[in-house]
Amino acid sequence: MLKKREVAVISAVTTKCGEHWDKGIKDLAWEAGVKAVEEAGISGKDIEYLVVGNMSGGMFVGQEHIGALVADFLGLNPIPSLRVEAACASGGVAFYQGYLAVASGLYDVVAVGGVEKMTDVEPEQATSVLAGAMDFEWEAYFGATFPALYALIATRYMHEYRLKPETLAKIAVKNHYYGSLNPLAHFRNKITVEEALTSPLVADPLRKYDCSPISDGAAVAILAPLDIAKKYTDTPIVVEASAIASDTLSLLKRRDLCTLDATVNAANKAFQLAHIEREDVDLIEVHDCFSIAELLAIEDLGFCKKGEAQNLVEEGQTYIGGRIPVNTDGGLKAAGHPVGATGVKQIAELVKQLRGEADKGRQVDGAEVGLAHNIGGTGATAVVTILSRRGA
Amino acid sequence: MSATAPPAHWRRMRERYRLLGSRCETCGATFFPTTKVCPKCRRKGKIAQVEFSGRGKVYSYTVIHSAPKMFEQFTPAVVALVQLEEGPMVLSQIVDTDHKELKVGMEVEACFRKLFEQEQSGIISYGFKFRPVNDHWGKYYDNKDI
Repeated sequence: MLKKREVAVISAVTTKCGEHWDKGIKDLAWEAGVKAVEEAGISGKDIEYLVVGNMSGGMFVGQEHIGALVADFLGLNPIPSLRVEAACASGGVAFYQGYLAVASGLYDVVAVGGVEKMTDVEPEQATSVLAGAMDFEWEAYFGATFPALYALIATRYMHEYRLKPETLAKIAVKNHYYGSLNPLAHFRNKITVEEALTSPLVADPLRKYDCSPISDGAAVAILAPLDIAKKYTDTPIVVEASAIASDTLSLLKRRDLCTLDATVNAANKAFQLAHIEREDVDLIEVHDCFSIAELLAIEDLGFCKKGEAQNLVEEGQTYIGGRIPVNTDGGLKAAGHPVGATGVKQIAELVKQLRGEADKGRQVDGAEVGLAHNIGGTGATAVVTILSRRGA
Repeated sequence: MSATAPPAHWRRMRERYRLLGSRCETCGATFFPTTKVCPKCRRKGKIAQVEFSGRGKVYSYTVIHSAPKMFEQFTPAVVALVQLEEGPMVLSQIVDTDHKELKVGMEVEACFRKLFEQEQSGIISYGFKFRPVNDHWGKYYDNKDI
């Protein structure tokens, strides 16, 4: 096997997520791109390769060919550029591709972006676009929506592990609390368990506050080999591992409805590659597209046994200071979920935390190791990336 | 939408009308929808067509309160994962049921229903839905002289 190089993140940034009526897909990519290049202390000319995660430019804004579009608009021509798509995991998969490009020795400085412009279509149409991430012929065709698929998991989980809606509500309350401390979050309001439990039902038992929003946003990370990264920054963040796994596209053929096997497999692979133990991880950024998904992620990543994440939530162990802080930026729920950008946005949050630069009230003290978990669909794709500040 | 176009429906019609799936004659595993390969037996597997009985149990369910336009007429709709008695899981609406009676393990049977109507053309797609075996509504109608 090719001897791989150590890869570091020089900079990683995200735009504010939300309903950006004044910004199109190019503007969002520009904003994140310029910020990332400035923070990295590089010039656009140093970038050798561009990978962009984007789920559905075609259906959200009628624009395909996103790789070349972003390269062009950011003035990066004629470097190679491409767009990768894995539904809501597009950003995570883009990061993985960038990581491979640097680790393999083919490129030194690589820009990894994620961008999604979702609010130019009616919310209902956005829901239809997102339905393309499930098995259309056998799920959407029979009336399933995305919230419905996660609701099916939640109902079964409640049946098997006696989970209460209150526990799911507490996940949303935590994520809104951290969102309130994050100036770049889509939602900055705190909510109460009571509010969450009385919000409108979307797909029983999931209510409005169990669901992540439709957001516009972009995120960019600049990668380089560790030795080169040190030229640009005193605090390069090392990519200890990045791993992807796939599972059945539909819920019909899952081994266990309450486990996302892709998460289990990607996490096991990542921990094995990184030579890092679960107890060494200081914080995790997980894919909480729905509250139940955060619960599954904590278990499937191996931080507790199946059925026990609800105890961690109930005991407040997923807050900063607890056993494993989860989604300190507000997660997808509050920080926002611009689908193609989300996986890179998670990297930006980890880099911030590992550099000790998180906003007041949401910094995990002395964070050394962080993990990002990005999911496509209902878990047909899972990307797990482990970062550390070992390079600092 | 292209995914709901008549040819796209026509290609899947037998599976959607008659609950047609596959069985691996080497290991006996059953599949829905149809498959071209048994993931366990790989090239040693022999795939045959099988028509499922349509009886099964609710494995999980949800009531959808917010649905795309083409399903709005059924909202609030019950969507469930139904485990067929032959093993495979299908996703389907549960009809002719009181939402309060829904529970995991409830016995259901397949019925033939309208899935949705295309917004523009008005073309109707049909397929299976499921109803409780203990179907009070059905019994009510069955006893009526229509």
